[in-house]
Amino acid sequence: MQYMLMIYASEDAENAMPPAEMGAIMQAYGAYTEALTKAGVLRAGERLRPTADATSVRVRNGKSEVLNGPYADTQEQLGGYYVIDVPDLDTALQWAARCPSSVYGTIEVRPIWEM
Amino acid sequence: MTPQAPAAGVARRAAETAARHSYGKLVAFLSRRTRDVAAAQDAMSAAFEAALQQWPLQGVPASPEAWLMAVAKRQAIDAQRRTATSDAATDDLLLLTPVSTDDKDDTSRAIPDDRLALLFACAHPAIERNVRAPLMLQTVLGLDAAAIASAFLVPPTTMGQRLARAKAKIKQAGIPFRLPDREDLPERLDTVLDAIYAAFTQGWSDPAGLDPRHHNLSDEGIWLGQLVAALLPNEPEALGMLALMLHAHARRGARRDASGAYIPLAQQDPALWDTALIDEAERLLHQASALHAIGRFQLEAAVQSAHVIHRFTGHTDWAAVAQLYGALAELTGSPVVEINRAVAVAECEGAARGLQILDSVADDPRLVSYQPYWAARAHLLARSGARDAADAAYAQAIGLELDSAVRQYLQQQRNGLQPS
Repeated sequence: MQYMLMIYASEDAENAMPPAEMGAIMQAYGAYTEALTKAGVLRAGERLRPTADATSVRVRNGKSEVLNGPYADTQEQLGGYYVIDVPDLDTALQWAARCPSSVYGTIEVRPIWEM
Repeated sequence: MTPQAPAAGVARRAAETAARHSYGKLVAFLSRRTRDVAAAQDAMSAAFEAALQQWPLQGVPASPEAWLMAVAKRQAIDAQRRTATSDAATDDLLLLTPVSTDDKDDTSRAIPDDRLALLFACAHPAIERNVRAPLMLQTVLGLDAAAIASAFLVPPTTMGQRLARAKAKIKQAGIPFRLPDREDLPERLDTVLDAIYAAFTQGWSDPAGLDPRHHNLSDEGIWLGQLVAALLPNEPEALGMLALMLHAHARRGARRDASGAYIPLAQQDPALWDTALIDEAERLLHQASALHAIGRFQLEAAVQSAHVIHRFTGHTDWAAVAQLYGALAELTGSPVVEINRAVAVAECEGAARGLQILDSVADDPRLVSYQPYWAARAHLLARSGARDAADAAYAQAIGLELDSAVRQYLQQQRNGLQPS
């Protein structure tokens, strides 16, 4: 089954981190991505620019409204994602727990809707 | 009497016996391979229906379980073909025994017992906590949703929706049907044991079984506890939980008098306790302690065990009980445990010491509406002579109690307060 691991963490907290700490996290992400690749489960994955760079759009009554910022203002923001292909939820949860941001943020695990 | 009547009776009894013994096993077997619990249950219902039609005419098969499995498997495959293209799960099912209802080898081919895997799926942390026990009762024991709803005091439609949602979640989120990995096992086993214990204690709001609408689930809880203890004999907490349930169950006959009035443990007649269950509980507790990994359920069972000493010595070893609750409080950090510890400490060190412990947890917002806290407080205040404060605490406890017999008992205690 395919799952999306959505990485939520506080951008403010990340911005306040000393460079050495941030460097260590980035290194851990490198190792994590490599482990996913070597295990043959990685399907996709990207880091997202901060929500300050986000723009939202919706169409109402045929008119599109463009809004500055993310869809919702939350304490923690979506900062990146992985799509993995594993046998079951427990395996997906194990990978999610290994994600470097899981120790200070939250990883939401969602099954991909199979078509 | 028609000639079919005796055969129909025999066939019905055989089907009922097979249902009781095999339902959970067959649902677990099918669920594990299709990941679809609802479809597995539908297939089993269809198989039992077919059995009730065919067995009276053709006789009861040599292996009723294998026969039911074969029919249910065909049902499951047909259903899967109707809803989707054939996939790995269907192929898997086709390969598995038994092949047909008249396969002579069926009797020798055992159906693997996947009930433990099913229990772990039902109590998965991804399933809402309040539906884990109902889900186990429905899938492993075949209890119908209405009976479960009545035990859990919710409307049947609500329970039906919760169960359906949980089964959809198992399927769509890919919750596995297998034992968790070694590193996850202790935590996951906790959720399984918690859910079973919840089913067991659910029966207590009507321990005498006086309300016919209220289904008492103590027996079902013990049955599930025995299943887990049998399948995981080296897990001390599984043994500890079964010991705890058996100890509590052993005293069920002493908890009420003939009129249904509540009798607190200290005033129960030990002659009314079930010694066979107590012996079994003690044996399990010893077996658990030999595995050297203490846990919440073992400690709680040990408390029950200390109460049982009452039987032999005429008095409860309160110092031992207080010590066990101390260990339990350290392990769980639960304010509920502190309430029990306060009562035990008061018995050996005086009411003032007990009240100190109660004061230390008084700020916990959950306790405001927790009856045992107020009952314990009232009891200790009464013993220390604080009549007015005790009266107010009893009033609070009475206002929070669901069970009318316990309410009545508390009212008697309140009426008996000495004027200060």
